[in-house]
Amino acid sequence: MGADHAHHKETFITKYIFSQDHKMIAKQYLITGLIMGIIGIAMSLLFRLQLAWPEKSFGVFEVFLGKWAPDGVMDPNVYLALVTIHGTLMVFFVLTAGLSGTFSNLLIPLQIGARDMASGLLNMISYWLFFLSSVIMIASLFVEAGPAAAGWTIYPPLSALPQAQPGSGLGMTLWLVSMAIFIASSLLGSLNYIVTVINLRTKGMSMTRLPLTIWAFFVTAIIGVVSFPVLLSAALLLIMDRSFGTSFFLSDIFIQGEVLHYQGGSPVLYEHLFWFLGHPEVYIVLLPALGITSEVLATNARKPIFGYRAMVASILAIAFLSTIVWGHHMFISGMNPFLGSVFTFTTLLIAIPSAVKAFNYITTLWKGNLQMNPGMLFSIGLVSTFISGGLTGIILGDSTLDINVHDTYFVVAHFHLVMGISALYGLFAGVYHWFPKMFGRMMNKNLGYIHFWVTAICAYGVFFPMHFIGMAGLPRRYYSNTAFPYFDDLANINVIITIFALIAGAAQLVFLYNFIHSIFYGKKSVKNPWKSNTLEWTAPVEHIHGNWPGAIPHVHRWAYDYSKPGHDEDFIPQNVPLAEGEEELQH
Amino acid sequence: MTEVILFAILVLVGIAVWQITKIFELSQLRQAKDDSQVANDKDNHRNGQLMFAFLVFIYVLTIYSFWAWGDVLLPESASEHGQDIDRLMWISFALIFFVQTITQALLHYFSWKYRGQKGQKALFYADNDKLEFIWTIIPVITLAVLIMYGLFTWTSIMNIEENDEALVVELYAQQFNWKARYAGADGVLGDANVRFLQDYDGLNLVGIDSSDPNGLDDVVVQELHLPKGREVIFKMRSQDVLHSAYMPHFRAQMNCVPGMITEFAFTPTMTTEEMRQTPEMAAKVAKINKIRYENSQALIASGEEGLDAYQFDYLLLCNKICGASHYNMQMKIVVEEEKDFNKWLAQQTTFAQTIQQ
Repeated sequence: MGADHAHHKETFITKYIFSQDHKMIAKQYLITGLIMGIIGIAMSLLFRLQLAWPEKSFGVFEVFLGKWAPDGVMDPNVYLALVTIHGTLMVFFVLTAGLSGTFSNLLIPLQIGARDMASGLLNMISYWLFFLSSVIMIASLFVEAGPAAAGWTIYPPLSALPQAQPGSGLGMTLWLVSMAIFIASSLLGSLNYIVTVINLRTKGMSMTRLPLTIWAFFVTAIIGVVSFPVLLSAALLLIMDRSFGTSFFLSDIFIQGEVLHYQGGSPVLYEHLFWFLGHPEVYIVLLPALGITSEVLATNARKPIFGYRAMVASILAIAFLSTIVWGHHMFISGMNPFLGSVFTFTTLLIAIPSAVKAFNYITTLWKGNLQMNPGMLFSIGLVSTFISGGLTGIILGDSTLDINVHDTYFVVAHFHLVMGISALYGLFAGVYHWFPKMFGRMMNKNLGYIHFWVTAICAYGVFFPMHFIGMAGLPRRYYSNTAFPYFDDLANINVIITIFALIAGAAQLVFLYNFIHSIFYGKKSVKNPWKSNTLEWTAPVEHIHGNWPGAIPHVHRWAYDYSKPGHDEDFIPQNVPLAEGEEELQH
Repeated sequence: MTEVILFAILVLVGIAVWQITKIFELSQLRQAKDDSQVANDKDNHRNGQLMFAFLVFIYVLTIYSFWAWGDVLLPESASEHGQDIDRLMWISFALIFFVQTITQALLHYFSWKYRGQKGQKALFYADNDKLEFIWTIIPVITLAVLIMYGLFTWTSIMNIEENDEALVVELYAQQFNWKARYAGADGVLGDANVRFLQDYDGLNLVGIDSSDPNGLDDVVVQELHLPKGREVIFKMRSQDVLHSAYMPHFRAQMNCVPGMITEFAFTPTMTTEEMRQTPEMAAKVAKINKIRYENSQALIASGEEGLDAYQFDYLLLCNKICGASHYNMQMKIVVEEEKDFNKWLAQQTTFAQTIQQ
């Protein structure tokens, strides 16, 4: 048997490991992303236990945290480390690489009618850099003094000075190295997506016939290319401050009984650089999820997406505005209040294209023939949390109101609903919808329903009450609120939130089981199980290199001819020529 | 032991899920239904109904939360500008609730109403410029009003003008406590820098430059006292990492940044005593003390020390992650009548007195 393997070793490696095929790379991204997601979510459950029952002893802490939880009581430094790594993993590794990496890779060539990405080699390198950065990030959990613990935004001087906290030692160095590699990976991927969409569309696939998924991935890639390099520069300057004694972000510091030599730098500069990526990052996470929703919603509603042009325009508007709103994270950072006014103005403008998107989604459902597949449920759920979370942005984006809710749990509730839960729903919708395309098998729908309903109830159960904790004035990133008797009446809310969180965590096990079980034992999929219009469903179920045997299909219509009058079927794939006398919609 | 139980639970959950799938599969076999794993009419019907139920869940959760937890929200503002913030906050909230109620209703109602049925065909409805124009222009107008209102308020809060009437106080942050410095009789804060912290055997708590005569009458304290009805201009400093001075009852917050001085100003409108007397604060404190009493009984029963009864005080919290004890970096704020404040300030030690010791 061993000899047999050795014989096929070459093929195994090129097919499953160093593959240049976009479909395999998509699966690699997805599985790496899911593993990081499991770690990230497990961490949140650990610190939720601490928040509900502060300074209580838990056996599970001893198991996972070891020496950092003496007698099973979580150490405050570890609490901060868990919060930090939870944020980093979920934002970057799960919702950027895991979501956009998976579906951009899978869908861009298949939906535009290309044999593969523009550069298979760069695509492969992009994945392996992501893998390397994941390994380094996980390795940082095991260093002597613990991983980075300065919050996922790693503001200096806290992140710059090893004296400031244990997590700012080797753990922070590894965090920075990991992120630098991650950014390189993201840039390679994004450039590849952009070039592929521009150059490799099949005959007839004009930009105005692109499915909204591709529009979303395309624009996401552009935002990534524009903003990620700025984070890289922030990380490099921070590395220099940490290791080479420069003073980009540091000035006038006295710590541990010692005056440090740093002069003339400013942490506010770091904040500008960080949020120049940090805010567009929200849309790097969210736009692909919205793109997936557009596709899944239209397919399962058996209706054209409402207002295709407006949807494209709103993606572009959101992308543009997202690069000029970063200052709303810094209203009270000490920057000039006039800048605050400008950023309030640009920030609240984003509500307009967002509102258009939400209304168009709702109208897409109107008079539809809704097929309640699990992917559809998650898409509807996304619209719901996108609205609930987005609306509170009107409060946080207003500098005046931000003064009092900045950095409280109100913010935590807001961004978890609008970008955390929404983007996760987008990820789940994508997995349920394109699982047959990825693995040639169907996921179990009943387990999908259980997964959705439990998750949907718990998501609101966790984050709705959190608004109240924030409005009560409780800051985020507090190890416990027992130091303030004033907050004693929040204790029972925290218990309720944690119980919902634990149930939500358990519901994800149902998903994992369904996912893994279906890869091997799921029902074999037919070619086009959801009766969808887009090109990926014209490709054979079995993956072949080059996607289509024979010629690449040509495109004759947009992607949303669902239930078009005058046709028997309620869908007309994009590669079906216009019938005689049939008119294409002008858009 | 706990690990074993944990492991057992995980295994049991796994088995449960496996069995549930089996049951689902078997039930489908018996009915000879399609096992295509694509939603059929029954799924559409069931999930459509659940969508409607979910709408009810969202409404009930909202109403329940306000009913059960309405009293944890911050009480009325204790500063002048805070009342403007609160007014804008409630206008924004009214708008948010209105939009939330309607859009969630439409979303979930449509999901139920138009659930799929065999033989039914959806309406081919791809565009309506007029409709889209309407729901672009309505947010534009609403937001324009909100932006204008917000910006006027913001400018009036953040436009801090130095004046003789105002009290100037320095808030000084370090891991993990707060200090405050008053300017003394001359009304001018002396120059300060972290380089001077080690002078006078660590007695120079906030690093005042002793060669600057303005600093000699400065007063450094660990408890912040403020006079009611007089504008207070805060100058904020930090000696090590970022901190944020958060005074929720005054609707005030500003980061403390090493290497620069940041500013915030407000006028307190209620003394600590007056805030304690308000009916809602009295009720809140009574509730907290009930909780503390119950916790205390439990602690005493297990042989530990009980908890003290709580009395309301204004708070200064740190609201920017700053290290292990971030969660316990606080200072008590006392707001009192101006004459009491002056009496208190006169009793404090000046910097000159401190360094002569």
